[in-house]
Amino acid sequence: MPTMRYAEALNAALREEMARDEAVFVFGEDVGTYGGVFKVTKGLMEEFEGRVLDTPISEQALTAMAVSAAMTGTRPVLEIMYADFMPLTLDALINQASVFSYVWEGQVEMPFVLRTQGGGGVGTGAQHAKSLDGLVAQVPGLKVVAPVTPADAKGLLKAAIRDPGPVIFLEHKLLYNTRGDVPDGDETTEIGRARTVREGTDVSIFATSRMVLEAEKAAEALAAEGVFAEVIDLRTLRPLDLGAVVGSISRTHHAVVVNEGWGFCGYAAELSATVMDHAFDQLDAPVMRVAIPDMPIPYSEPLETQVIPDAGRIAAAARRALA
Amino acid sequence: MAGTAEEASSPGNAPDAETLKRHYTDMLLIRRFEEKAGQLYGMGLIGGFCHLYIGQEAVVVGLQACAEEGDQVVTSYRDHGHMLACGMEPKGVMAELTGREGGYSRGKGGSMHMFSAEKAFYGGHGIVGAQVPIGAGLAFANRYRKNGRVSFTYFGDGAANQGQVYETFNMAALWDLPVVFVIENNQYAMGTAQARSTSTPALYTRGEAFGIPGEEVDGMDVLKVKDAGMRAVEHCRGGQGPYILEVKTYRYRGHSMSDPAKYRTREEVSRMRESRDPIEGLRKLMLELGHLDDAGFKEIDKAVRAQVNDAAQFAQESPEPDASELWTDVYA
Ligand SMILES: Cc1ncc(C[n+]2csc(CCOP(=O)(O)OP(=O)(O)O)c2C)c(N)n1
Ligand SMILES: [Mg+2]
Repeated sequence: MPTMRYAEALNAALREEMARDEAVFVFGEDVGTYGGVFKVTKGLMEEFEGRVLDTPISEQALTAMAVSAAMTGTRPVLEIMYADFMPLTLDALINQASVFSYVWEGQVEMPFVLRTQGGGGVGTGAQHAKSLDGLVAQVPGLKVVAPVTPADAKGLLKAAIRDPGPVIFLEHKLLYNTRGDVPDGDETTEIGRARTVREGTDVSIFATSRMVLEAEKAAEALAAEGVFAEVIDLRTLRPLDLGAVVGSISRTHHAVVVNEGWGFCGYAAELSATVMDHAFDQLDAPVMRVAIPDMPIPYSEPLETQVIPDAGRIAAAARRALA
Repeated sequence: MAGTAEEASSPGNAPDAETLKRHYTDMLLIRRFEEKAGQLYGMGLIGGFCHLYIGQEAVVVGLQACAEEGDQVVTSYRDHGHMLACGMEPKGVMAELTGREGGYSRGKGGSMHMFSAEKAFYGGHGIVGAQVPIGAGLAFANRYRKNGRVSFTYFGDGAANQGQVYETFNMAALWDLPVVFVIENNQYAMGTAQARSTSTPALYTRGEAFGIPGEEVDGMDVLKVKDAGMRAVEHCRGGQGPYILEVKTYRYRGHSMSDPAKYRTREEVSRMRESRDPIEGLRKLMLELGHLDDAGFKEIDKAVRAQVNDAAQFAQESPEPDASELWTDVYA
């Protein structure tokens, strides 16, 4: 298996899917000549003539255009440079993408992918460091995925492009340079399936995106104390792999949920409520939630560091669950 | 290039020595400040984003020369020059870049997010185009209060393609809002040259459908900018509604510090620097007019450098914000 950077794995997925299916095209701000600000689309414009478009800065219209172009059977892959700009796309996502299949009684498919990246940790401040997972994951009809490994970055992007409906594909700015093994060939990662990163018996840590890496570090620290945490990478935020979630809790009877969005009304809040709904009988302690506190992301490095969830906070939450 | 000596010295068109010196000093302060910010970024003292204004100094300096006390300014993330031109303290701006307690936002905002109620500077905005309706809202309040103030709303050639710009144009014209829309056309939106993203490049005509007059302005000449600015402000203050200035300018540096700027040639950049530099242009004019000699310019340079060095020192010595700052002002 070759090792690849996360960004290269995404690039490979796009290249393979464009080669496989003429209907796939890529558009977004600076995805062409510049190759994407995180270099995910590097080289594609030269390789696939007329199928990679640099666009004006017009997110709202671009997203609605992806919706309708997809309804005719093309497969748009739209890049929204930062998750923080997703609010501009929300009308198309919430009032169009999520609705049309339902009210048109399935007459049309809507195979588009909206790729974006969020997360903090590098001082990009209040308008360029957010994770807005909860905002899109709340919407019925949208699928939402968030790979953390290069293998899943590739596998999930291929699956998302082939999916008949809208998929919101959440990347993380701190993952692009991480490396990992990526299977050769036409491997996809099934949407809707979580991944057990590490087995454990005492507490289940459910994490998304880069937070999975922090959860692994937390599990390492806990192991040194004799506490064995199971780490589950949800991979798909919606539809949730409920079987994996409940299955894990029925073994450990304790749960910590981790997401890099806001805690209040955020993805972690939903996950925590879902766990209570479906596994309350299995729980020996309340579900612990680790997320961003109620504030915009500050620029200052020492302040930002306190706001972004990390292994220390995750381990502390696990200890509280077990106390 | 600034106007020729003849043009400038023709009657009614001859700014006095003091005025020219002030414009020169204001532009130089921005230039030196930005160079220093670039250095501090390189030293790792500034993190995240840092968008430099080098090359574009004549735009905001020319326009601020038309502003009166209380007129508002709002712009994008490329905002350091605007803040300095509004009279905000270089120390406070630089300390915000380094994320320190002495910064305008106490380190919570960073390069893109600073405000000064006192100087009527309404930010620093990271969402491209979002500042356009914000600027119109300020103008709306001015009109509502009948306070005679004008809102200077700056945005880029890239931002000019956001839908909310046109919703704003319509309302600004409909309600005769006193807003000068300043389109700083530096020809690039990140790596996208204007021609590749824009169906009709003459941005000053974008208001025509709404009945908003517009002018194209040479943004490398502070006097021409000021001249056009005066017309725009008179129009707005006179209750005739909004005005568009498309100011043709050029940024010498990358989009932000992390941009290698491979989408344009070195020659293009050095051609602009060498033949069109707004600061050098004004210097030549002042020399020709005999307003100042080399020694005089050296003195200005020395004073500006001292001011910038003080700011840099303050920005490095000011303490990191206290953790309790995290929880302040979450709610208004
Ligand atoms: C809504 C939104 N879309 C995209 C971006 C990313 N972005 C930041 S600056 C920029 C280019 C803007 O160019 P322009 O308006 O010409 O201003 P300039 O940087 O040249 O001053 C882009 C695409 C953003 N910050 N906000
Ligand atoms: Mg521009």
